[in-house]
Amino acid sequence: MNTDLLDIGGHRFKSRFILGSGKFSLDMTRTVIENGGVEMATLAVRRANVGGMENILDYIPEGITVLPNTSGARNADEAVRIAELARELGCGDFVKIEIIRDTKYLLPDNAETTKAIARLKAKDFVILPYMMPDLSAARDMEEAGADAIMPLGAPIGSNKGLLTKDFIKILVDEIDLPIIVDAGIGRPSQACEAMELGVDAIMANTAIATADDPAIMAKAFKMSIEAGRLAYLSGPGRVLENKGEASSPLTGFLEE
Amino acid sequence: MIITRDFTDAVDYEEGMEYIDPTLMESVLELSSRYRPENYTKRDVKSALSENYPDSEDFGALLSPAAEPFIEDIAVRAREETRKHFGNSVIIFTPLYASNYCTNQCIYCGFSNRHDIHRAKLTGDEIDREMEAIASTGMQEILLLTGESRHHSGPDYIEDLVKRATNHFSIIGLEVYPMNTSEYRRMQEAGADYVTVFQETYNPEIYAEMHPGGRKRNYSYRFNSNERALMGGMRGVGFAPLLGLSDFRKDAFTCGIHAMEIQRKYPHAEISFSLPRLRPFMNKDLVVNDVTETQLLQVAMAYRLFMPYAGQTISTRERPVFRDNIVKICATKISAGVSVGVGEHSGIEKGDVQFDISDPRSLDEIKNALLANGIQPVFKDYVRI
Repeated sequence: MNTDLLDIGGHRFKSRFILGSGKFSLDMTRTVIENGGVEMATLAVRRANVGGMENILDYIPEGITVLPNTSGARNADEAVRIAELARELGCGDFVKIEIIRDTKYLLPDNAETTKAIARLKAKDFVILPYMMPDLSAARDMEEAGADAIMPLGAPIGSNKGLLTKDFIKILVDEIDLPIIVDAGIGRPSQACEAMELGVDAIMANTAIATADDPAIMAKAFKMSIEAGRLAYLSGPGRVLENKGEASSPLTGFLEE
Repeated sequence: MIITRDFTDAVDYEEGMEYIDPTLMESVLELSSRYRPENYTKRDVKSALSENYPDSEDFGALLSPAAEPFIEDIAVRAREETRKHFGNSVIIFTPLYASNYCTNQCIYCGFSNRHDIHRAKLTGDEIDREMEAIASTGMQEILLLTGESRHHSGPDYIEDLVKRATNHFSIIGLEVYPMNTSEYRRMQEAGADYVTVFQETYNPEIYAEMHPGGRKRNYSYRFNSNERALMGGMRGVGFAPLLGLSDFRKDAFTCGIHAMEIQRKYPHAEISFSLPRLRPFMNKDLVVNDVTETQLLQVAMAYRLFMPYAGQTISTRERPVFRDNIVKICATKISAGVSVGVGEHSGIEKGDVQFDISDPRSLDEIKNALLANGIQPVFKDYVRI
């Protein structure tokens, strides 16, 4: 009866949990995907060792949508070339744009990313840009042809959760594309919190990879993402942050 | 004004050596001159361990003698940082020694021109045979090495090596003599991805003692190599002192500061550290400041906490058990199937070795050891576009 589907560029997914790969053992990929109910998994094109040993592509089960990323790209030009290479490798039409010019914090370059989107749109890719949550940039990306927006919650690998929560909420409210929190989610509770906010999906990698048991953690993420989604759909009651609120309305005396 | 030498240099710049702005080197050496490992206390170490982003003071504490009793606590933190940044992946590579002609006289090195060893360099055909032999094992990353002779292995020779390597490998590193920016650009355009130049020791006086002759005698030209490599378009640069030549704590501290300043100036640069310590070689009389395994690990872990995103390469100078364990804590790159003589991979065996290795395991053996430890071996982590 699940009619609550995630729609990315006309492609529909039941699962709202996108798995990052490349930080845990390849032979664990299948179990993590199954436990997490995952339908889409990222793949670093630079890791694809086609025809060679320990090739990540060989470990992603049939039927899973591969989301190749452009990690390693430092500008739009490199990102476009990596995306084209991904398509040549048979990874399909999806691409997650990652353009990073800082090896310390791994923060994305929104301006270069927007340029890459426009160029990849012309080549009919389904485009998911990793970005710093900034409303103007997100609007530019939507205008350039993005199919979803992937704001970071915190720096990649930091497991710090939703440091950018308020800015992500602005994107949820103002941008019509699916919003997918891409980096920083370290705990299932944080994934749940993001989903409650109205985010459309969660991408996680380090949080799973650094768990003692990634397979069980994948399951925990699946459950928390589903719980957060249901909570959002159910229209949660307001949470009062600073002070109480009178249960009798202050303006109840008005007669006309 | 024609600049002939920096304050660090025992000799003038030779004709053709490029001089670049010394500001970065000066600030590194200024900070390092104030480092006193013995001044740190337990409290400093504990405070460093509690920092999310340890600064240079914390780094100094982690390298100090006061940190030695905390080795296990530091290991727990180091492993956590490594896993956050690299997951459980470890990259496998192998070096290819293409030539052992050398004009330097490093008194600790098997290739020094003061030693009467078999000198050789591979011809084009031999290079292809060596590379084919290596590639047939499944190896995707190669580190090309030569002795430092611009006569026997000049830029043309090295450019040819790189071009041949692109036919067989996805990732190509260079560990050759320091070059000028324009030469690094040539190598980058030919297909090289990263450059490693070890400073050996950051102490200018000891550097001068250890390097009595050859182009290497000039300290600052060598120091600035990594910066010139980045100016020439290289993607990454590798740093290391040869631990044991001088006070290893001071050398490791200066190396970390050097790498940190380079990253600040070139934020896109991929930074890595190597972890070599002085091992037995032909000149057995050299007095070295022994660095124990514990101290080597301490250095590696201090690098990890100070620059958690930087790669770390562990040398075959170390024994298998040490290597198998350090990759669980902080090293992210390991060599396999290593031969340090010229032509050994394909049985040509033309030239003698630079040093004795302690871990002769093949690529398959290293791969299986990693998998047995729950670590994912990675052969390719870069796409040349």
